Amino acid sequence: MTNIEIDGKQVSVPTGGTVMDGATQLGIYIPYFCYHKKLSIAANCRMCLVQVEKAPKPLPACSTPAVEGMKVSTHSAMAVASQKGQMEFLLINHPLDCPICDQGGECQLQDLAVGYGASASRYTEPKRVVVNKNLGPLISTDMTRCILCTRCVRFGQEIAGVMELGVAGRGEHAEILTFVDSTVDSELSGNMIDLCPVGALVSKPFRYSARTWELSRRKSVSPHCGLGSNLVVQIKLNRVMRVLPRENEEINECWLSDKDRFSYEGLNSEERLTTPMIKRDGQWQECDWHTALEFVANGLKAVQKQHGVQSIGALASPHSTLEELYLLQKLIRGLGSGNVDHRLRQSDFRSDSHLQGSPWLGMKIAEISQLKSALVIGSTLRKDHPLIAQRLRQAVKQGAHLNLINPVSDDLLTNVTNQAVVAPAAMAAMLAQILKAAAELKATKIPATLKDTVSSISVTDTARAIAASLIDNKPAAIFLGNLAQHHPQYADIHMLAQHIAQIAETSFGVLGEAANSVGAYLAGAVPGLGAVGIGGSSQVGANGNNASQMLGMSATPVAEPCRAFVLMNLEPEFDSYNPQQAMKTLAAAELVVMMSAYKKHVTSADYADVLLPIAPFTETSGTFINTEGRVQSFNGVVAPLGDARPAWKILRVLGNLLQLDGFDYETPEQVRAEIFLAGSDVSTQLSNRLGSFAVGEIGQVSEGLQRIGEVPIYQADPIVRRAESLQRTHDAMAPLAWMPGALLDRLGVQAGDMIKVKQGDGEALLPAARDDKLPANCVRVASAHPLTATLGAMFGEIMVERL
Amino acid sequence: MTQLTQILLAGLNPSDPNDWRLRNYEQREGYTALRKILNEKIPPDAIIGEVKKSALRGRGGAGFPTGLKWSFMPKQYEGDKYLVCNSDEGEPGTFKDRDIMHHNPHSLIEGMAIGAYAMGIRTGYNYIHGEIWDTYERMEEAIDEARAAGLLGDNILGSGFSFQLYNHHGYGAYICGEETALLESLEGKKGQPRFKPPFPASFGLYGKPTTINNTETFASVPWIIRNGGEKFLQIGKPNNGGTKIFSVSGHVNKPGNYEVPMGTPFAKLLEMAGGMRGGRKLKACIPGGSSMPVLPGDIMMRTDMDYDSIAKAGSFLGSGAVIIMDDTTCMVKALERLSYFYYEESCGQCTPCREGTGWLYRVVHRIETGKGRIEDLDLLNNVADNIQGRTICALGDAAAMPVRAMIQHFRDEFIYHIEHKKCMV
Amino acid sequence: MLSAESLKKIDHEVTKYPADQKQSAVMSALAIAQDEKGWLANETMDFVAHYLGMPAIAVYEVATFYNMYNLQPVGRYKLTVCTNLPCALSGGNDAAARLKQKLGIGFNQTTADGKFTLKEGECMGACGDAPVLLVNNKRMCSFMSSDMIDQLLEELSK
Ligand SMILES: Cc1cc2nc3c(=O)[nH]c(=O)nc-3n(C[C@H](O)[C@H](O)[C@H](O)COP(=O)(O)O)c2cc1C
Ligand code: SF4
Ligand code: FES
Repeated sequence: MTNIEIDGKQVSVPTGGTVMDGATQLGIYIPYFCYHKKLSIAANCRMCLVQVEKAPKPLPACSTPAVEGMKVSTHSAMAVASQKGQMEFLLINHPLDCPICDQGGECQLQDLAVGYGASASRYTEPKRVVVNKNLGPLISTDMTRCILCTRCVRFGQEIAGVMELGVAGRGEHAEILTFVDSTVDSELSGNMIDLCPVGALVSKPFRYSARTWELSRRKSVSPHCGLGSNLVVQIKLNRVMRVLPRENEEINECWLSDKDRFSYEGLNSEERLTTPMIKRDGQWQECDWHTALEFVANGLKAVQKQHGVQSIGALASPHSTLEELYLLQKLIRGLGSGNVDHRLRQSDFRSDSHLQGSPWLGMKIAEISQLKSALVIGSTLRKDHPLIAQRLRQAVKQGAHLNLINPVSDDLLTNVTNQAVVAPAAMAAMLAQILKAAAELKATKIPATLKDTVSSISVTDTARAIAASLIDNKPAAIFLGNLAQHHPQYADIHMLAQHIAQIAETSFGVLGEAANSVGAYLAGAVPGLGAVGIGGSSQVGANGNNASQMLGMSATPVAEPCRAFVLMNLEPEFDSYNPQQAMKTLAAAELVVMMSAYKKHVTSADYADVLLPIAPFTETSGTFINTEGRVQSFNGVVAPLGDARPAWKILRVLGNLLQLDGFDYETPEQVRAEIFLAGSDVSTQLSNRLGSFAVGEIGQVSEGLQRIGEVPIYQADPIVRRAESLQRTHDAMAPLAWMPGALLDRLGVQAGDMIKVKQGDGEALLPAARDDKLPANCVRVASAHPLTATLGAMFGEIMVERL
Repeated sequence: MTQLTQILLAGLNPSDPNDWRLRNYEQREGYTALRKILNEKIPPDAIIGEVKKSALRGRGGAGFPTGLKWSFMPKQYEGDKYLVCNSDEGEPGTFKDRDIMHHNPHSLIEGMAIGAYAMGIRTGYNYIHGEIWDTYERMEEAIDEARAAGLLGDNILGSGFSFQLYNHHGYGAYICGEETALLESLEGKKGQPRFKPPFPASFGLYGKPTTINNTETFASVPWIIRNGGEKFLQIGKPNNGGTKIFSVSGHVNKPGNYEVPMGTPFAKLLEMAGGMRGGRKLKACIPGGSSMPVLPGDIMMRTDMDYDSIAKAGSFLGSGAVIIMDDTTCMVKALERLSYFYYEESCGQCTPCREGTGWLYRVVHRIETGKGRIEDLDLLNNVADNIQGRTICALGDAAAMPVRAMIQHFRDEFIYHIEHKKCMV
Repeated sequence: MLSAESLKKIDHEVTKYPADQKQSAVMSALAIAQDEKGWLANETMDFVAHYLGMPAIAVYEVATFYNMYNLQPVGRYKLTVCTNLPCALSGGNDAAARLKQKLGIGFNQTTADGKFTLKEGECMGACGDAPVLLVNNKRMCSFMSSDMIDQLLEELSK
């Protein structure tokens, strides 16, 4: 610690700290533009000049190290004169267009100009004009306003991990731009808008839609990935106008992914469902709530009566709130069925009966930043969990090892120490190698149950290096990504990874795919898992069918197929493991009740019978439990659109109509109170351990071509699918059929040629694309997209043909 | 290359196109200092001590004591350290390093090798001004010669000491003469100065401890080691050791480089340069390169050419570029050109320099073109005040000082310009 | 994209720097590329970026920062004449005027036959030889009186 004095007040700054750090600790305000606590120091704006005793000239607080005994004045005549001098320089070339600038009202320059600027300009020459740049659909530029603080450039290099913006030219001609008009494609790009202290970079979707002082600010929580980023949602006239980060150092820090930031456009989509609708004689008709709910209740009763309780099933999206999921399972279980699930993209449920709790991150999110080694299995982390990827990137910068096992080798914009790009079918075998290597390195025995599986496997250098990395660098962690969770051998992968974690003594976690992936388990939105539930309150029903069984995807058909479905907050053609099969099953069902915020896809498909408009997260109160097990409740920030209603209320009324007990809630708090029994502790309900699951045969490689079907970042849930600006980004590009060059040659097609992709009885026409880093005989075709919804499973056999 | 060569340009025969070669250098006692050090295994500290004793001060502009700078390098540091020579000579009026490299390249190589030995450094770079391509090629050849002779590279002269030296060329940016901008440039980036601290001795090239000296500084070292620091000091004045090459340009009969002992009277130097062109009157002189304050002729004629004397007279010795202006020179026009230079060469990184240099130039330009206002003189001083001492590097000061000195010493001329919308001369 | 000879030169430059610091060779790589191509087109910069494993924008930053790089096509001979104060005191402006008059172009212009481009330069570190000018960044011409300029233009026009 270094003791210094600022404006007569004593403060101890951590060794290596600066004058600015001291001032921040004391709450003394020093004006600045280029400084940002999360970015490297540039010291280029010179606005933070202060007087330091014995220094002949003013010094920048942001970059002046605290030295024992230093005496600083931030408001002395010298300091103030210096600051005013810099402000004058910044303003001479800055346009006086505050009245039409989107930054107006939240502009650091505008704010400081009031305190430090002169009333009249002494600069009488013409002002500099800088041409605008097209940075893509998310960021709008007005480069004449740029004060060259380089925060945006440093953000790209240091946080996003990719240098897309730079400063070209020099002196007065210096300007911020991308290389030859390319766009900024980082999935974290929106943060540059927040960072820009002036109106040079502003939000394109928000541009000119409101003045900041007209907006009211409400707190919320992001419904997208498992992180649970904290949001400030800005409202005007009952409409969400903009979303900004709410700083939470333990979760999203001061950042947001573009998905969290710009998805709100989907809330205001034309496709919103605003009245209940019933399909009669093949025609969709609007109706009132009473009619719709009666229709549902009667329908469910009829199916129940005719086919028995087990013929009713419910599927919900893990982006739903805890309360919604809880009431849905309560309703289904109240009817006597155990068929309820939220894991629509999971395909391997063999380990269900071995689960000891809700799978979770296995550690605190913030601890990721401290890791010294990590093994990520099955994830393009940057796209699945942009801010977790960001934390790992920072850890890597501090020397951490990042090890990867994935069927694709997308650039994670960080150094990767060891990487095994293997076919999906070889992933489990790769883990077995690592397990073997780890056991050798630690001189421990491989658990007896795995002996047979592992004994014949030979260990590659990569596997040994990964094992050593995890053993030698602590703290270390192993994470199962989204792709691993969708994988047809998920249970084996999970079990092997768990053993590696045990032997290598690392933390072990499952990266929550959706905002409420953990909460969905705890709410009981899984078939018959006795051990799970918060405080043991959930009614554990008879063993039910899982999503795969309900939708007829599992290899072994169930005795009593579902004939009536309640679907909540999901679009099965995009949100399920095998959309082809899901659509078939749903089309054959007698009753399909859609609780959805959107009508498109549903009204055009022929599987649904009734549509109940539900409120998205901004229009209802609710709770998400994020991937680290953190419970975050929020309130609606606007009233529901049209006749849409919060899903928990709809389920309550349905419960009453079906004459089920325990549906007399008046407030969401009452629902919550029922979920969280007094004294219950979420952390005791989290576990990634599979009890005694026996790993199956691994390593057998099938003959034909294998699909790698990942979920594109902006197709992952119904809201983001309708966020128009995000849909215009590079990441939302229509899917291509990616193949290694050898495969293209074999087919006799060239990158860019249209080819036919076939799975089951469906096919899609897609342009071929070349990626030589893909494993042999693999075809990468994204799922969750309208162009590929006709296809089958996300993994497994696929065929390609030239046209 | 001209005249009175004592240390740096000693014994050179300008008419012999091969005089720069290793063989010729060795005939001039070249590499004896390095051989002696390596043969006798002279302790590094003793070398630094000798350089300290010589009172050699940095010839790049700031005049920082070289021995002291060398002693800042961490001794116990494990890992790479770097030695960098600043041959980016771009300060208007300065052209001495070019002559050293062109005519006596091995003096630089030997000086750097000695410095590297003294500081425990194994790798060095010589950053050469982009515009002097033939000099770059000459240095490449000279390094090849030295390497072939076992004077550079691994295990030099079988001593176990290794030193790799490479040339790197600039490509047109004055700012890269600033030592941290130079380091950035060496790293393959824009030449934007770094803020200090940290100083290069702790965080330099590639983030490693680094020492940077000017070409002339390094080239002085072999002589100091051969003849002793004391002797070097005696050539000059206390605290101002040795000889110094002054690059004399402008209105003289024989512009060129003149190596003279520190403390030589300016009048003598002017005489060596052939006196004023056309016998005209000396009006003004910038004694240390364009970044330094201008001094009126009469003050100059009373001044000696060393760091302390010139500072006392109100300017700085800087890089030793002596720009001579006779009474036909319009000082407003002269300042306009210099201000344009700093405006043009500002890297654009920090606010006061980026915005201020353009402002200064525009106001001077306004006065020069007859559109000036009398308040402009105060404005210029005030803008200069807001730049000087506020910038990341000293280019801001370099832009501000000439403005203030010109107005201070030639105010009448500026007022005349404003009032009559034309030149006084 | 670049000739084998240029690549060899770039490879040589790369050897001057630590193995993980290839970027250090970007200035010479761009200079070598420019010598071959005459100027730095976007594709050329992109190529250099890939070759050295740098972000393209970082190469662009460098190319736009140092003013001896040509980001636009130039004539066969780019003549850069120094007009800075020390040169100006010894005829730098006269040399520039002579060039403008003889070539019939101003600064930053190229003659109609595509032969000459004229540039105003800053101090080249050769003020003692004023007036000075550079031909294609590499060849320094000293003491450029009107006669010398005429001679030079004649030589280059051949
Ligand atoms: C704008 C600017 C330009 C400079 N140009 C040069 C230069 O061309 N050559 C040089 O040796 N030093 C130059 N310097 C000084 C260097 O920063 C540094 O002080 C010097 O290289 C140190 O070497 P020395 O101690 O041997 O003088 C310049 C400084 C500034 C601020
Ligand atoms: S665009 Fe904004 S953030 Fe980027 S340098 Fe300019 S002012 Fe700073
Ligand atoms: S905040 Fe210190 S210089 Fe910008």
